[in-house]
Amino acid sequence: MPLSRDEVRHVAMLARLGLEPGDEEFYAEQLSGILEHIDRLQQLNTDDIPPTAQVVEVANTLREDVPRPGLSQAEALANAPVAVDGFFRVPSIQEEA
Amino acid sequence: MSDLTELTIREAAKLLRLHSFSAAELVTAHINLIERIDSRVKAFLRFTPELWEKQAEAADARISSGDMGPLVGIPMAVKDVLCVRGVETTAGSQILRGFRPPYTGTAASRLFDAGAVMLGVTNCDEFAMGSSTENSGYHPTHNPWSLDRVPGGSSGGSAAAVASGEAMIALGTDTGGSIRQPAALCGVVGMKPTYGRVSRYGLIAFASSLDQIGPFTRSVEDAAIVLDAMAGHDPLDATSSNRPNDVLRDLEAGVKGMKLGVPREYYDVEGMEPVVKAAIDKAIKNFRDAGAEIIDVTLPHTDYGLAAYYIIAPAECSSNLARFDGVRYGMSEVDAQNVTEAYMRTRRRGFGTEVRRRVMLGTYALSSGYYDAYYLKAQKVRTLIKRDFDLAFEKCDAIISATSPTVAFPIGSKTQDPLSMYLCDVLTLGGNLAGLPGISVPCGMSEDLLPIGLQIMAPQWREDVALRVGRAYEVASGVKAEVAPFV
Repeated sequence: MPLSRDEVRHVAMLARLGLEPGDEEFYAEQLSGILEHIDRLQQLNTDDIPPTAQVVEVANTLREDVPRPGLSQAEALANAPVAVDGFFRVPSIQEEA
Repeated sequence: MSDLTELTIREAAKLLRLHSFSAAELVTAHINLIERIDSRVKAFLRFTPELWEKQAEAADARISSGDMGPLVGIPMAVKDVLCVRGVETTAGSQILRGFRPPYTGTAASRLFDAGAVMLGVTNCDEFAMGSSTENSGYHPTHNPWSLDRVPGGSSGGSAAAVASGEAMIALGTDTGGSIRQPAALCGVVGMKPTYGRVSRYGLIAFASSLDQIGPFTRSVEDAAIVLDAMAGHDPLDATSSNRPNDVLRDLEAGVKGMKLGVPREYYDVEGMEPVVKAAIDKAIKNFRDAGAEIIDVTLPHTDYGLAAYYIIAPAECSSNLARFDGVRYGMSEVDAQNVTEAYMRTRRRGFGTEVRRRVMLGTYALSSGYYDAYYLKAQKVRTLIKRDFDLAFEKCDAIISATSPTVAFPIGSKTQDPLSMYLCDVLTLGGNLAGLPGISVPCGMSEDLLPIGLQIMAPQWREDVALRVGRAYEVASGVKAEVAPFV
């Protein structure tokens, strides 16, 4: 089923992907083309088929909850675009009242 | 001594012990070749002299003290998705430009412990999404056999480095064919192990239920040696397994009495080039002559594999790539008015076209109202595809097919049509959906000297079978990986 420009805007917002001029048309066309191929999945009757999320038998791997050395604060912050006083700095997350 | 760059691990290990050359000299020979040809191949994104100097020196000391480890002093390239402490690692993406991991991933770390010497970081499609390495956020890589053609992808830099002699071994990752397909297109050996065989700690994740790390080499035995060194359980990766598998023991046992299945859906896949089909026919004859029984098998849901894959992989990637938000590492639009705008601008600018396309597709498939129709449906079809393989392996020991329906294609010829690029992986992605080990071995060349790859898939946890069949093919056919000639 083709994807509308409204849907592209909605999905881009969900994915926190900015849109630039031309992007809506581009994605609407390209994703519609890919979804047209994907729609062949609907031909298969899968009513009684369980889903597969992963393919090996490893499950619920547990370990003892004991402290062990991790990254230092300086190491954790070493790649930060902006670090202030030992924190990652981000733009404001709330508008001023 | 240009032939130092054409050796296999076994040959080099022997000559290092005979003191024909030192590990330092072996590295220098590779660096000299890289300096001569990599401006044309562009396999590497960056080099690690600080590592190779130290590691080569340590390797020479180990050899002097009698260490017989096969990987001591072996020059290695590492795909740009595997974290190495202090070495810029970017997943081929501008969004991670400048990122220097604070730790080394397990696969690379185990190979360092085994004595391998890191030459540098190889190019790939951004976040390993692609089949040609043209989606790299830096530059395309060129096929060493024909510089106007792609090396395949996403691990195209690793394949090209081994094919050109720039590295003796390289690490890649395979989510839908990203080791096997470039190995085929570059004429080298490439192996994707069973999902869970190699720890992915330190791998920048693309699709977590599919990703697996594996080697590029110029012989099947070398692939077994590298796999052996990095396989096994790792407490830092909960999906890694401790199942034993001695991949070297029966390597030379041959295929006499083995049953090799040829899936008709793979044999007659749409888009199969006649030259590839002819090479596979010849390989089948080689196997028959070597005493294998060739049987027809069927994988009836093959036509649905690509569709299921292009829901599951983008869905997982849309989740994994949420972490690239410009806060903790990489590119950041810090002057945005608020945090949402910062995320959106950073991700629009930092991700390339293909990555954005897949994040959008995956987000759509997981979004409210579409989850059942797309994601859940794809997971159910994944079950059907896995059952196809389970049934086939009740009748045969291994499955053989072409790795790629085509030889290497010209750079730029598929970039405008995403679906045509996705179809490059039609013979490999089933192995990822079912978690199987698979190997691509060189099986001849087209008339214009473009390599062709033979794929061997085995049941889960039976890398030994895939490798044994691959080795038997080398022996029966006399076809070996060759280093591409450069003037």
